[in-house]
Amino acid sequence: MSREKEVLLSVKHLKKYFNVGRGSVLKAVDDVSFDIYKGETLGMVGESGCGKTTCGRVCIGLYGKTDGQVLYRGKDVHAITGKDRHAFKKDVQMVFQDPYGSLDPRMTVAEIIAEGLDIHHIAKTTHDRQERIYELLELVGLNREHANRFVHEFSGGQRQRIGIARALAVDPEFLVLDEPISALDVSIQAQVVNLLIDLQNRMGLTYLFVAHDLSMVKHISDRVAVLYLGSLVELTTSEELYSHPMHPYTQALLSAIPIPDPDVEQARDEGKIRLEGQVPSPIDPPPGCKFQGRCRYATERCRQEAPALREYGSGHFAACHRCAEEQG
Amino acid sequence: MNDVKNILEVKHLRVSFHTYAGEVKAVRDVSFSLQPGSALAIVGESGCGKSVTAKSVMGLVKKPQGEVKEGSEILYNGENILQYTPKQWQHYKGGECAIIFQDALAALNPTMRVGKQIMENLMGHKHMGRAEAQKEAVEMLRLVGIPEPEKRVRQYPHQFSGGMRQRVMIAIAFACDPKILICDEPTTALDVTIQGQILDIIKRLMKKNNTSVIMITHDLGVVANIAQEIAVMYSGIIVERGACRDVFYRPRHPYTWALLQSVPRLDLENKQVLASIPGTPPDLLNPPVGCPFSTRCQYCMPVCKNRMPENTDFGGGHSAACWLHHPMAPKVDMPDRKGDV
Repeated sequence: MSREKEVLLSVKHLKKYFNVGRGSVLKAVDDVSFDIYKGETLGMVGESGCGKTTCGRVCIGLYGKTDGQVLYRGKDVHAITGKDRHAFKKDVQMVFQDPYGSLDPRMTVAEIIAEGLDIHHIAKTTHDRQERIYELLELVGLNREHANRFVHEFSGGQRQRIGIARALAVDPEFLVLDEPISALDVSIQAQVVNLLIDLQNRMGLTYLFVAHDLSMVKHISDRVAVLYLGSLVELTTSEELYSHPMHPYTQALLSAIPIPDPDVEQARDEGKIRLEGQVPSPIDPPPGCKFQGRCRYATERCRQEAPALREYGSGHFAACHRCAEEQG
Repeated sequence: MNDVKNILEVKHLRVSFHTYAGEVKAVRDVSFSLQPGSALAIVGESGCGKSVTAKSVMGLVKKPQGEVKEGSEILYNGENILQYTPKQWQHYKGGECAIIFQDALAALNPTMRVGKQIMENLMGHKHMGRAEAQKEAVEMLRLVGIPEPEKRVRQYPHQFSGGMRQRVMIAIAFACDPKILICDEPTTALDVTIQGQILDIIKRLMKKNNTSVIMITHDLGVVANIAQEIAVMYSGIIVERGACRDVFYRPRHPYTWALLQSVPRLDLENKQVLASIPGTPPDLLNPPVGCPFSTRCQYCMPVCKNRMPENTDFGGGHSAACWLHHPMAPKVDMPDRKGDV
């Protein structure tokens, strides 16, 4: 099924280490591989500090890589130069988490949106440029009158819409959404998520949706990748992930999310898997499975040897020795 | 309702802040009550006045910018705390009523060891000696699940992780066995797995000491997990209140109803369009004359824009302030959500 789909972005054994001084290395992304197909939404979840934002940024070349490869339509993102690079920057855009920090307070909304248009020479005449700005504002649910205002005049949800309009200005096909809704209120979150889904349907966009809110990720994503301390622990379709989580970490993570329904929530409260402790430091992690310190099934093998990502069933990947033993 | 039964009763609370732009009416006539040993959740979007309500109960609205208006009453065991003398305040704050803030790093004193911050409370309110307080501080840290408490009491807040800092806050709050604990978004800044741990601790200590909890949050999942009663706030007023199951399964205010539908659920099918609420909350500098939700409400009628709706009682403490429940209003099907689950 998935084989017929066109692979847009392919990440192969990607590593991104940060040097934190005194000979220590922070392994933010440690040997991660996945594909993103054209037109789909890949959700990326994990606790804070698990490397999900870093991974998104390396994928579109905002950060250099330490090792491995990121291929966008077969071309290495970190090696393309000249004209190809210019075209790549037009195809790939990003929406940032903080709608307050990611927009220049000294530029009007029109200037923010038109920056990309100017760089890529998309609008031929001044009239075209102006029309395009209006069109984009209306596309994301703002008004023409907003064009000449400054960012501080807008609320968080409106700012996030400006961020989305800026990303869409150059007509990209791949968007990295780095926690686009986590700074917003519940009722506004739904507005932005509906906008994102609507835009995807209309323009055939591909999303990498990075977030820590699993229920929202489930809602928007076709497939979900779960990261833990820089490693991919599970990757599958969102229905499969939520109905049959395989990795103990995914199971615990799903069980920890409170469901907004008192009867359901109080009934499952007893049976919840409770994770002890917290995420260990990604600086010089111990050998073996990264989750073994908090895992209830951890054995001697888990402490010695890091499990590899294996496929179980069609398109369901997990990295766990226990899954491997159970499934044979 | 019986006055003696409720540990806390807030009546017609109105709080304003004086700013350069004018008077911000953050809380406009809020009334609720709290029973011993139960948890009340105050739910709402940012800027709806839920934190200000809680801070007034704790006596933290600072003059001269902040002002608790004439006619407001906050009755703790039948006494109006707004008329407390400084001495009574001292006893009340920390001793009878404690608060946990969202941002533990900002709330803790960065220049003081955490042990001392717990001891301060014990020595001040329980009149313990230094050695005894020290021992008790270690015990408190152990109670909230901090490993190696003997070593940790001597550390500073920056040496703790986010979840651990929140535990220290809980330890300080529970040090003097308060009757009321106010949690102001205690888990918003934390990861889900840590959030679960913190909620478990709060629930355990609640049961152990028969403490009443006011939980302020916008996460409906947290509400479902912990609360017995819910008050839904919107732009400074409580639009709906009632027992947890009533509000979740039989919401009677369009805002509550929309709020419940705007969160995706893990245990239900995805890809359905989320019900979003168009527009943004009103500006509290010039709050609308009528129902504050009228600008965003799909059932808005002419009367909504002109007059504030009155509370309609549905029995069992469940009430909502909406004109739709007026006998002359058109009948609208309020969904019983139990059916579709």
